[in-house]
Amino acid sequence: MTPRIRRGVRLSHDAVRNTPVILHPEGVLIPNATASAVLALCDGERSLTEITDLLNARYADVRPEQIRDLLDRLADKQVVEWT
Amino acid sequence: MTNPKNAVPPLSLTAELTHRCPLHCPYCSNPLELLGRDSELDTAAWRDILTQAHEIGVLQIHFSGGEPLGRRDLAELIEHTAGLGAYANLVTSGLGLTESRLQSLVDAGLNHVQLSVQAADAATADRIAGTRAHHHKLIAADLIRRTGLPLSVNVVLHRENHDQLAAIIAFAEELGADRLELANTQYYGWALQNRSQLMPTAEQLAAAEPIVQDALLRLKGKMQIVYVIADYPEKYPKPCTYGWGARQITVAPDGTVLPCPAASAIRTLQLENVRERSLAEIWYESSSFNAYRGDDWMSDTCRTCDRRELDFGGCRCQAFLLTGDAAATDPVCHKSPDRGVVDLILAEPRRTGFVMRSPSR
Ligand code: SF4
Ligand code: SF4
Repeated sequence: MTPRIRRGVRLSHDAVRNTPVILHPEGVLIPNATASAVLALCDGERSLTEITDLLNARYADVRPEQIRDLLDRLADKQVVEWT
Repeated sequence: MTNPKNAVPPLSLTAELTHRCPLHCPYCSNPLELLGRDSELDTAAWRDILTQAHEIGVLQIHFSGGEPLGRRDLAELIEHTAGLGAYANLVTSGLGLTESRLQSLVDAGLNHVQLSVQAADAATADRIAGTRAHHHKLIAADLIRRTGLPLSVNVVLHRENHDQLAAIIAFAEELGADRLELANTQYYGWALQNRSQLMPTAEQLAAAEPIVQDALLRLKGKMQIVYVIADYPEKYPKPCTYGWGARQITVAPDGTVLPCPAASAIRTLQLENVRERSLAEIWYESSSFNAYRGDDWMSDTCRTCDRRELDFGGCRCQAFLLTGDAAATDPVCHKSPDRGVVDLILAEPRRTGFVMRSPSR
């Protein structure tokens, strides 16, 4: 399972609100810290397992189900897709 | 600068670059008094608006109109938007979109295209558009798909095309849309003028429900479908987006700054122009943006209602157009003392024969 940022979705930083933002066809989403970290690793190449491993190296106790859940929610919002 | 209503920064700006349009759709929400080319802002003025908008927090620009392709500086304005780091969306009929024109927009940094479609077949579509428009949709969609940009197809639904709903969905699939917006007509501008001719029957609305539900299931993960219901027959009004003056700004072709695209209908509103005042001042200080922020302005009906945080008392433009008071409870709401107005409209015999959108003389 490999998550990929969908076409037409851009990750950016908003200087006015001082926050990362997800710009997509229907609007703007403000990701929390975890979502930002996960999205930054979604390059369309790394699999879910690889992303979880990378996050585990940085933060303690990251469970694959957690990341899977988060990405599924982002997929529902048309931000990522599974390939 | 003051901020008397504690407004938060805006997120998106709709740039109505022009009112000129090769189509004549009778459901258009543009005002009846369409602005001509000589009242349009020039390129420098638009660039300045985009910069100002970005400085106060706008992250998304919707290039709209009229037909924005009618502006020769569109690519330049998209490039400016992309340079600011904002998202550039194009809302177009597809007429005038050639391969080289589209490529110049993509090179400039365009992120997404919304293509309007009038009906499932050429005869109906061209009758609604008042010109030969339909065959351009196929060409435009194909060009857009080949650039790799995401494509949304927008269809305004009314009595003349509601019966084709299933075919319209199939047509959007054929066009390769990532997203399909099926929006029942909202009655502003030309659409209000044509309300009787456009209003779907109760049978049409009932028949649409299972078709939409079925398509939602069948196309999940392939084509996203957004269905905007007809509000008149409902018990509750549609929400005023995220609230008045909460997220969005619309700039009309002549620089008039509107809290929402339909707001020029509210004659009691003191609209301001970017030629005279900065966008920041208009957003935070103007009487037009502050008029319906928060809930102080609400009628007792809304101020004491739990739903006011959900729908913000409904649409201000509709309240004004149907009751003459923009602060009234949206008359679609069953709690509104003016609900009878809407029921009367629904019960009226329906007229036929469109008043086509055309420039004022
Ligand atoms: S006032 Fe009406 S038309 Fe304007 S944004 Fe609110 S709901 Fe939409
Ligand atoms: S009374 Fe006002 S706030 Fe309550 S549902 Fe009706 S329109 Fe909305």
